[in-house]
Amino acid sequence: MANPAIHRPDMPGPQPVEQTKVTSGDASHRTAPLLQATSGELPDRVFKYAMVACGLAVLGILVLIIYQLVARSSLSWHSFGFKFFVRSDWDPVNELFGALPFIYGTLVSSLLALIIAVPLAIGVAVFTTEMCPPVLRGPLSFFVELLAAIPSVIYGLWAIFVLVPLLSGYVQPFLAKTLGWTGLFEGPPYGIGMLAAGIILAIMIVPIISSIAREVLTVVPQHQREAALALGATRWEMIRVAVLRNARAGIAGGVILGLGRALGETMAVTMVIGNRPEIAKSLFAPGYTMASVLANEFSEATGDVYLSALIEIGLALFLVTIVVNALARLLVWSVTRGMPSGARA
Amino acid sequence: MRVPNSASNPALHHSVEPISLRRRVTDHVMTGVAVLTVVLVLAPLIAIFGYLVYKGFGSINWAFLTQTPKPVGETGGGMANAIVGSALMLGIASIIGVPLGIGAGIYLAEFGRNRLGDSIRFTADVLNGVPSIVIGIVAYAIVVLHQKHFSALAGGVALAIMMVPTICRTTEEMLLLVPQALREAAYGLGIPRWRTTLSVTLRTATSGVITGVMLAFARVAGETAPLLFTALGNQFWNLRTDQPTAALPLQIYTYALSPYDDWHRQAWAGALVLIVLIVSAVAAVRLAVRRGTFGAA
Repeated sequence: MANPAIHRPDMPGPQPVEQTKVTSGDASHRTAPLLQATSGELPDRVFKYAMVACGLAVLGILVLIIYQLVARSSLSWHSFGFKFFVRSDWDPVNELFGALPFIYGTLVSSLLALIIAVPLAIGVAVFTTEMCPPVLRGPLSFFVELLAAIPSVIYGLWAIFVLVPLLSGYVQPFLAKTLGWTGLFEGPPYGIGMLAAGIILAIMIVPIISSIAREVLTVVPQHQREAALALGATRWEMIRVAVLRNARAGIAGGVILGLGRALGETMAVTMVIGNRPEIAKSLFAPGYTMASVLANEFSEATGDVYLSALIEIGLALFLVTIVVNALARLLVWSVTRGMPSGARA
Repeated sequence: MRVPNSASNPALHHSVEPISLRRRVTDHVMTGVAVLTVVLVLAPLIAIFGYLVYKGFGSINWAFLTQTPKPVGETGGGMANAIVGSALMLGIASIIGVPLGIGAGIYLAEFGRNRLGDSIRFTADVLNGVPSIVIGIVAYAIVVLHQKHFSALAGGVALAIMMVPTICRTTEEMLLLVPQALREAAYGLGIPRWRTTLSVTLRTATSGVITGVMLAFARVAGETAPLLFTALGNQFWNLRTDQPTAALPLQIYTYALSPYDDWHRQAWAGALVLIVLIVSAVAAVRLAVRRGTFGAA
């Protein structure tokens, strides 16, 4: 990383310090600034250690999270072992805990969100980078970013009072009539349930995926596009062959980053998913996710095993999101490395 | 159907073979699809803001901004205590999170070209993706369990943990944009290192660093999940840091799930207040960045 040819002031080594000392030694009565330089030696060291401490605090936070989650979930781990993740009973009264319904709910709602969000996000990214008039580019990306700035609880509020009635009144009856035979869309159309959770999650992760995709698409070299056009490609063929194909690793990274967000999303999902620990095939049925069970039951958990089981769910959620995010970062880095890091996820 | 005719019209024949109808139609269809996706993505945005303004403005009034919640079933009252509670916790979070984040950013930019720096950078990125509810568990474990109380302090700590990685990374990026020559000029004048970093480098990057702080602030201002079992919420005034405290997002959550129309109304009003706060922060940041107050960023 560091370019050895450039002099870096943060290079360790006592030489510069020694030199200052010598110069200031025989010239201290003449030049005040050099004197300051010597007197700055101790503060310099203090400053550096203070900054190192701040940097280490970031590592410390991660260690603290891991330690707390592992230590406080050990009771549950010792009582249930690995079976915790494959059992589906959730019975606080008899202290029997299995996390399968929550894992299922988290996975299904997140996958549903990805299925809806990925084509939309890529479409928006392609439109903003390749098709839209330059005047619209700024406002458009601003509006999509605005979508990312809306707090989760407001999505939830909107979903309860607008999306859910819309689903139960129009969308679900229609889906049941046309696609009911698949078994995915059957049962009473309450509105609240897995489908609502998937849709609201999709709305929430579109900005993440599309901002990463946009970032990746802009890095595709211009001459690739020109080459495709020169060969007689239409604009869409150029986008498909020259742009999307070049950017697929980065787009995949963005998609995985979106998945990471969807897995850990709490409030909006908790408000519309129905919060029932059951595994149902139909997307109309209520479900439960790992994050929502924490949101609903943590502050009221009585008994050490109950609390410990909840923290173990938190630990599992944490580990999954860490892996997913690390993977996504690596993919995005592999594509955008070397470009100015102006755009933030 | 007129298109193929004109394409095969000998008058239009070039040495280059014309693009076939199928390819041209595909091109137009895909353009249409892209426009459609934009419409589909912007529709919920417009719907959400539309409802917020429509429902929120109708319910916002002086009482909402100055009174505490009325007992269950009575109409009226407001969220004044929640607004103040949110401010209190955001204040605590900023006091802890901002110096720590900026410090870590300075470390990464000025001293962090090494293994340790790389691992801190990666950790910060990973921390950014940790679900907020998990941060809540940790704040519960380290603060609530020791205080034996749900408290504003615990909520503030949770929010601070969430602020650090964002501030750290943006501070680093902004400091790295400051030209090396500025630092060298300062060293050349014999100014000590720490003084250079604080009064020259950080000073030059101030607006960029503030951008990062505001973004982090806007992000945690709307967080609900980490407050559920740290701050817990409160129906009354509380300014003590060791007591359960109301927060705007928490109150919106509770009211949205309640069965009372008047509380739904207040949830919308609260959401409007919250979004105005956040969007104005984000827009201010964007304007500042666009103006190019910060050099050649």
